[in-house]
Amino acid sequence: MKHSGKIAFAAGLLLALHLGWRQFPDVLYSKADQPLQFSHKVHVEDSGMSCEDCHFVRDDGRFTGIPPIAKCAECHAEPLGATPHEKVLVEKYVATLTEIPWRVYSRQPDNVYFPHAAHVKTAKLACESCHGEHGKTENLRPYEQNRISGYSRDIWGPSISRISLKGERLGMKMDDCIDCHTEKKLRHSCLDCHK
Amino acid sequence: MTKETVKTRPARYGMVIDLDRCNGCGACMIACAVENNVPACPEGVTDRTGITWMRVQKLSNGQSFPDSRTAFIPVMCQQCGDKTPCVSVCPQQAVEVDEASGIVDQMPQRCLGCRYCMVACPYHARYFNWWDPAWPNGMERTLNPDVAPRMRGVVEKCNFCHGRYQEARAKAAVDGAAERAVEYTTACAEACPTGAITFGDLDDPGSEVAQLAKSENAFRLLEKLGTGPKVHYISKRAWVRAAAGSSLAAETREVRHG
Repeated sequence: MKHSGKIAFAAGLLLALHLGWRQFPDVLYSKADQPLQFSHKVHVEDSGMSCEDCHFVRDDGRFTGIPPIAKCAECHAEPLGATPHEKVLVEKYVATLTEIPWRVYSRQPDNVYFPHAAHVKTAKLACESCHGEHGKTENLRPYEQNRISGYSRDIWGPSISRISLKGERLGMKMDDCIDCHTEKKLRHSCLDCHK
Repeated sequence: MTKETVKTRPARYGMVIDLDRCNGCGACMIACAVENNVPACPEGVTDRTGITWMRVQKLSNGQSFPDSRTAFIPVMCQQCGDKTPCVSVCPQQAVEVDEASGIVDQMPQRCLGCRYCMVACPYHARYFNWWDPAWPNGMERTLNPDVAPRMRGVVEKCNFCHGRYQEARAKAAVDGAAERAVEYTTACAEACPTGAITFGDLDDPGSEVAQLAKSENAFRLLEKLGTGPKVHYISKRAWVRAAAGSSLAAETREVRHG
């Protein structure tokens, strides 16, 4: 019984870490499934489409974001495959031209102005530099929403501690924007990014 | 990415308002409020507590009939270029002069609501949100998505339609024209039915606004303070020009709310 103290300590530590890392995020964030499943992988790798085929900057400088159902309807007037989700897409949304109520992972607060034109066209940044490997995912993960602020978890980033071991970008907070702009020695004015 | 790819050539946006053309209709005030999501005022508001980024005031020469003369003068943030009083007093650094555009930026999210800037501003161009913004049912659908509404407890003011400036910059990025000054115009200049308001880059010697600002009848409000406003006025009437340099004594306030 001489090690019982150490065992109790180790068990307590494990429990505390489990509570902090695994359980606590569930307290902070509520989860909701997307209204429909969508595979970026099928569209990009199997069908050879690029990000810009659906998400592009218009000539007037505005970014289109998630494409409207009319864009889906261009190819999916009839089911092209055999997945149940595509069947729902065609029958429920395309047939009636109802917009899909997507939950947007990267939705920023109302007072944030982010010009895709300046980042994608002028600075020639790749989509992945902020959105990660989202374009290669097979499924849409559940949307997590901060119960207090109402913001998507992607703003804070997946790591609760916001410690990056590999030096990758953590999230889409103002700090993350500033880090990149500071690295590139760009000037800041509040209203450059706020409206 | 190289540094120069993201630089727009610094501009110095300014405005010239021809007071001999202004008939006081107030279209600029409406256009401004609609463009910048200024909410309708609640009941019981006074001309000190309402929000009017742009306010048409009445000038009178103080004479009695038949010598009395009246003029209208739209007053908004004068976008001081030199000794910007609001910037120097703000304890939160919520106000700054943007190097690229010369626009005096107000950052409502940083504002703590002390209203020191309102005291410092010699033009009474700053307004405090005494209430949470509210739009009559259905009217929220008219909100401009390019401008964030402000919350109760913060100060706001004209920022030369910064939302339009941002959109013009995004368009310039698509056109690959980021090197030159971005061209856009403000909502008030667009709405003015008599074309009294001219907006543009004061640093561009060929621009209409730069030439008008140099005309012999041009003046700026309270020039003696040395704030170097980027809003210029023009009037051929000497008493109007004289009133611009004096205090509020020569002025009777038009009570209007946004």
